[in-house]
This record gives sequence, structure tokens and C-alpha cells, in this order.
Amino acid sequence: MTQIFHPSFNTISKVTIFGAVFFLGGGLWLTAEVNRSGYVTNEGVVREQPVHFSHKHHVQGLGIDCRYCHTSVEVSSSAGMPSTKTCMTCHSLVWTNAELLELVRDSYRTDDSIEWTRVHDLPDYAYFDHSIHVKKGVGCTTCHGQVDGMPLMWQENSLQMEWCLECHREPELFVRPREHVFDMDWQPAEEQAALGARLVEEYDIQSLTNCSTCHR
Amino acid sequence: MSAFFRNPRAARRSPWAVGLGGKGLGGLATALALLPLSAGCRQDMHDQPKLQPYEASAFFEDGRAVRPRVPGTVRRGAVIGDDHLTTGRVDGELATTFPFEVTAGVLARGQEQFGVYCSPCHDHAGTGQGMIVQRGLKQPSSFHVERLREAAPGYFFDVITNGFGAMYDYSDRIAPEDRWAIVAYVRALQLSQNATLEDVPAAQRVALTGEAGQ
Repeated sequence: MTQIFHPSFNTISKVTIFGAVFFLGGGLWLTAEVNRSGYVTNEGVVREQPVHFSHKHHVQGLGIDCRYCHTSVEVSSSAGMPSTKTCMTCHSLVWTNAELLELVRDSYRTDDSIEWTRVHDLPDYAYFDHSIHVKKGVGCTTCHGQVDGMPLMWQENSLQMEWCLECHREPELFVRPREHVFDMDWQPAEEQAALGARLVEEYDIQSLTNCSTCHR
Repeated sequence: MSAFFRNPRAARRSPWAVGLGGKGLGGLATALALLPLSAGCRQDMHDQPKLQPYEASAFFEDGRAVRPRVPGTVRRGAVIGDDHLTTGRVDGELATTFPFEVTAGVLARGQEQFGVYCSPCHDHAGTGQGMIVQRGLKQPSSFHVERLREAAPGYFFDVITNGFGAMYDYSDRIAPEDRWAIVAYVRALQLSQNATLEDVPAAQRVALTGEAGQ
């Protein structure tokens, strides 16, 4: 009986077995990379909105503070989406006929909601609270990036757990003085390490990495 | 008047959740090749049936998860029965005093809140030429005119609470304590624009005049 496999198949089978390790490893690596990419996390993806609200215009152009609209950020888990009334505080008098704002005027007239597309969507099993982060000196831009430069809103960071933990493990690398939390252009005037260590002490900032800190 | 969000993930829940074709080795290879694409495909825990702030809800007629306050309910921590603090009036008259002591801390809070909510129109000095006014909003009165310099603190509180002219009310945006802090800061602003050298403590006059006080 002739041999089915030529002797050269010895080499081929060895290479195949050896190669499978890389093939599997590559597959896992690719999976991890895709999982971290904007395709899954929405990081860096500009979201289309029913009304083309520009943070860049309102914050950088006009100098309006974050809290003017996100009123509950200091006292609540949610930073607060402004009601249409907040928009109309100014827009009942400026840009009154702008087509861009038709939906806003409609909403104010009819009491129907504007259906915004949520940009920052945490998983429902993560319990995030804005107020405590603001109180402990985490600046808006630390998580949300330079919102004052965003014509349409996007998510600056992945919002994945490994990203949260970067700060939860070493808060001293990210915290700033409370009075600068809403400052869009704040830069540490000294070494962040020295400042951070002092603030951690002063504000009693803890490195909370227990699962139940965020997952309950 | 509030807003709610569409769920951004709902739209892309299904495409990768379908069964993978192929048989045997071919199937395995296909599965492996498609593995990266399946990342993040199941979102049941991510999007639980519970309602969160500003979410849309098909259950309620207005489509919102957030519910309007039932008339007569009092939120936790709300002050009731203190008209001076919450309405700015004492026995129906505009209050001429503050409901709590004005400390440096109160003024600092007032300055901060004034910067957030008032300065867009009233500007940081209170002259009524803020950025939004420059963009076409009706110019409000300067805080430094005679009428407002003599107005009672309760008057400013009342305007913040109920609005005035073109100005909308801010009662749902600024807590009563913070409204009073703003009033205190407006008083400080008024003083700052009509102060004399004698109002400055002797120790700090040097910074202004360059010479030590007599």
C-alpha cells in the first residue's frame, strides 16, 4: 500500500500545530482590540442629534458654565439634562426664528420631549454618581475631554472598567482643586504628583477598587 | 419639558447574534474569524428593564421615565414652613433681612453661583452687559442704579424665584439657600462699585494706593 502522506507532511503538520498557537493568540488579541475600539465603546464617535447643539459655541464661544444647564451635577448621580425651558431662557429672545431650533420651540409649546441620543451610556450594572466625583475634585474634562471644543458631542474616553480603574487605583494622578473642577482649561501649576498627594490627603480621597463600590 | 434618550445600543443588538454557519473545521475557522465581530453583541445586562434618569419609557403616556412631581409632595431635604427662606417674604412683604447669617463662605458661594447663572447676562460686575446681552438679549438693568441699590434683599430673591420681564425664573435651577447667597453677593457687588478708600481696612489700603494708611 502506498503511503497517503508524503514525508514532507511531517513538516507541514508541525508548522500547522505551531502556527495554530499564533492563529488562536492572534484571534484573541484581535477580539480584545475590537472590544476596546470605538466600534464597541463608541469612543470618539460623533453622535447625530435631533437638534445640532454645539457645546463649542455655548461654552467656548459664550463662556457659559457647565452648571448653567447641568444643574444637578453637584447634588445628584445624574448631571442633569437641561429642560427645554433652560434653552428658551435665552432662545425665547435670541435666534427666535432659527429653523435649527424649531424642535426646541415645539417642545416648549407642547411639553413633548426632545429625543436626544445618549452619548455617555454606562452599563445599567454600574452605579456612577456625578456629585461625589465633583466633590472629590475630579474635573469635567478629566472624563469628558475638552467639551468646549466639541461642535457635536462625542465620548472622549472608553468608559470601560479598566479606564475607570486607572483613576480609582491612583486618584492622585487625576484629581484637581475643587474650585477648578468646572474649569475647562485647568492645568496643574505644580507637579501633579505633589498636588495630587496633597489633595488626596485634604479631601480624604480613597482608592476604591472594591467591586461593590460601583456594582451593587 | 424634559428630555429623554433613545437607546443607542438597541439598533445594533441583533446583527451578530445570529447563528454562525459552516460545519466542522470550516465552521470553526469561520467562528474564529467572526469572533472579534461578536464582541459586545449581547447587552441584556447592559440595558436592564429598570428605568434610569432621562430614559425613554413606553409604559408612561408621555414617553418619559422621569415622572413629574405629584402635587403636594415634598422632596427629601426640602425646607417647609420658612417663608423668609423659600419665598423671600416676611408676612407678605419683601424681606429686608437675610434668613441666615452672611459669612465669607456664603459670599464665596454666592460669587460662584452668580458666575454660573447670572453673569451670562448681568456680567461679572453686574452692569448688565454680559455675553448673551451682546448677542441680542434684552439688556437688564445695572445693579448699580439707585433703584436697585435701595431695593430690599427680598426683592432680588423674588426676581430670581419668579423671574422679571424677559428674565425667566430660576426657582427650578437654583436652590433657595444659593439664591440668598447670590443676593448677598449682589449686595457685595453694589458696595464694590460705590466704595471709598475709607471702606477698605487700613492694612489692605497699601495694595491700592501704594502708601501706608495714616
